[in-house]
Amino acid sequence: MGRRVLVTGLGSFWGGRLAQALERDPDVDVVIGLDTKEPTVRLERTEYVRSDENYSILSRIVSATRVDTIVHTFLVVDSTQTSGRQLHEINVIGTMNLFAAASTPGSTVRNVVVKSAALVYGATPRDPVWFTETSTRRNTPRTGIERSLVEVEGYVRDFAIDNPHVEVTMLRYCNVLGPRLTTPFSKALRLPAVPSVFGFDPRFQLVHEDDVVRSLLFCIEQGRSGIYNVAGDGLLPWSEMARICGKPTIPLPFIGTNLAAEPLRRIGVDIPPELLDLLRYGRGIDNRRLKEAGFQYRYTSAGAVKAYIEAVRLRDTVGDRDGEYRYEEDVEQFFRHSPAVVRDRDPG
Amino acid sequence: MARPTKTRDSRALVPVVVPPEPDEPAPLDDPRLGDVDEWGRSEHMRSITRRLYAPLYERWFRVEWEHLDRIPADGGALLVSNHAAAVPSDAPAIIHGIETELGRPVYGLADHYFKSLPVVGTLWARNGGVVAQPDNAYRLLREQGQLALVFPEGTKGPAKSYQERYRLRRFGRGGFVEIAMRAGVPIIPLAVIGAEESMPTVARVPALAKMLGVPYFPITANMLAFGPLGTLAYFPAKIKIRVLEPVTFDVAPDQPRYSRSRIMDASEEVRQSIQAALYEMLQQRRSVWFG
Repeated sequence: MGRRVLVTGLGSFWGGRLAQALERDPDVDVVIGLDTKEPTVRLERTEYVRSDENYSILSRIVSATRVDTIVHTFLVVDSTQTSGRQLHEINVIGTMNLFAAASTPGSTVRNVVVKSAALVYGATPRDPVWFTETSTRRNTPRTGIERSLVEVEGYVRDFAIDNPHVEVTMLRYCNVLGPRLTTPFSKALRLPAVPSVFGFDPRFQLVHEDDVVRSLLFCIEQGRSGIYNVAGDGLLPWSEMARICGKPTIPLPFIGTNLAAEPLRRIGVDIPPELLDLLRYGRGIDNRRLKEAGFQYRYTSAGAVKAYIEAVRLRDTVGDRDGEYRYEEDVEQFFRHSPAVVRDRDPG
Repeated sequence: MARPTKTRDSRALVPVVVPPEPDEPAPLDDPRLGDVDEWGRSEHMRSITRRLYAPLYERWFRVEWEHLDRIPADGGALLVSNHAAAVPSDAPAIIHGIETELGRPVYGLADHYFKSLPVVGTLWARNGGVVAQPDNAYRLLREQGQLALVFPEGTKGPAKSYQERYRLRRFGRGGFVEIAMRAGVPIIPLAVIGAEESMPTVARVPALAKMLGVPYFPITANMLAFGPLGTLAYFPAKIKIRVLEPVTFDVAPDQPRYSRSRIMDASEEVRQSIQAALYEMLQQRRSVWFG
């Protein structure tokens, strides 16, 4: 019997990408996607279920579909996407309901993979150059997004302790770059001049979006419990990143940086406060644990930057080659469930 | 849990053949443009700094080493030194000397305060400054076999006034000994004279230090002599550095915890040996300026 996987946040970038990848895996029988909004990418066999943002419907779905794996990709790690209130609902309450559903008596869930972020480590001058999975952060979380992720990780830990028969994997990702993903970080690198903080040249790690999806698949397949950092090799100075992109840096003052970033936010350059901290102190996370588990990266930090900027250059010149996709419920239902559609096509 | 076995009985609507993963991956393409290493140190930047600092090292301070051969040519070691002068002149001299004589990099472990300073913090990191933090030190010494320089007195050393010169402050909480034990590397004590006289602190202004958020705010003799220029201009005191016998510990590395009393004893021992060497060197010194 194949795997039955539930993906939360199907409408989000990661949920969609992951569902596409899972569909290609012959070992995965069923992919169920949950979200408040419709999928944004074309999916062949994933079943989309609309839910509210805190997943109150989840326990019914879990018991009805008998999923064995839950992949929690719905955590918001970019504070420019949502308001603070919604952030709390999605991240904290959503995760709480997710684990409540997964731990009901008779639950068939055996694997849980949570996509968290290196934001939980914070960014301060006291930091070690490399955070390992067991390092603790040096300051109390100051921004809503960090607070919510720290709370979420608390729930994950509690769930893992209470359910020793479930393999709980928590992945902490560093900043992601990729041709299709848009984050405040990637937007900053697309500007004509890359903003920096005067006098600081922090070092970052980056991971390519393909490696993100591959690492999620790797953990779904392997079912290793524990916490893993996911980041490309190498710590890259911000100035060098701008050089790879072929752009000058434009320094913001080091006193009142937040104030100086305000007019930029008005004109659409999103610089959330957690990125400002990062632009001062940077962050390195030790990726050796996942590598020792057998995962192989395809991109280093510098490789991810190069791949990203090359894709951006091409898109700026010839436009977006992937056509726009719109989810039409009737069409999708027809292809999935109409008796008229011949489904058991043989691969050979 | 039992892994689901691989079957060809797939219910995929559109079966796609997954391309096989290559067994031995080719080394990843790493299009780096600079040479800044994981610690923030740049050899390119170091060579520029060395070129600029060489005249100061050779002509101004006329730095002289004793027993430089006690510093290993390879493998990790923790260099422990006394620390002096309002803007410490000992750290650049030690790092420059070892890098030019032995041709191996030295990483300076220092307070995280540097990292929070604009410009200075970046230059500090590019020149081999690393936040003094147990994880950093362990990785440098144990996993990468590098030389790391540490001043256990911390800011208490440079903050002391001229009357207290060459009297070592408390060696922190002995963290440096614990690191050396855990990393399984020797401690190499260094005794430096001359730095104290290169920029003597005649008075301190704690109120100003508090206002500016700096660890200490000294009024130096250099400031009195040269005015504002004196914040950076050193007196040409002769700097002598003596490398003492390396101290090794007969404990297993990689232990989660080491005996606190052992650590404090060893820390005190290192401190005493540096203090004794300092007194001896001062007894033999005929002139502050000519050694």
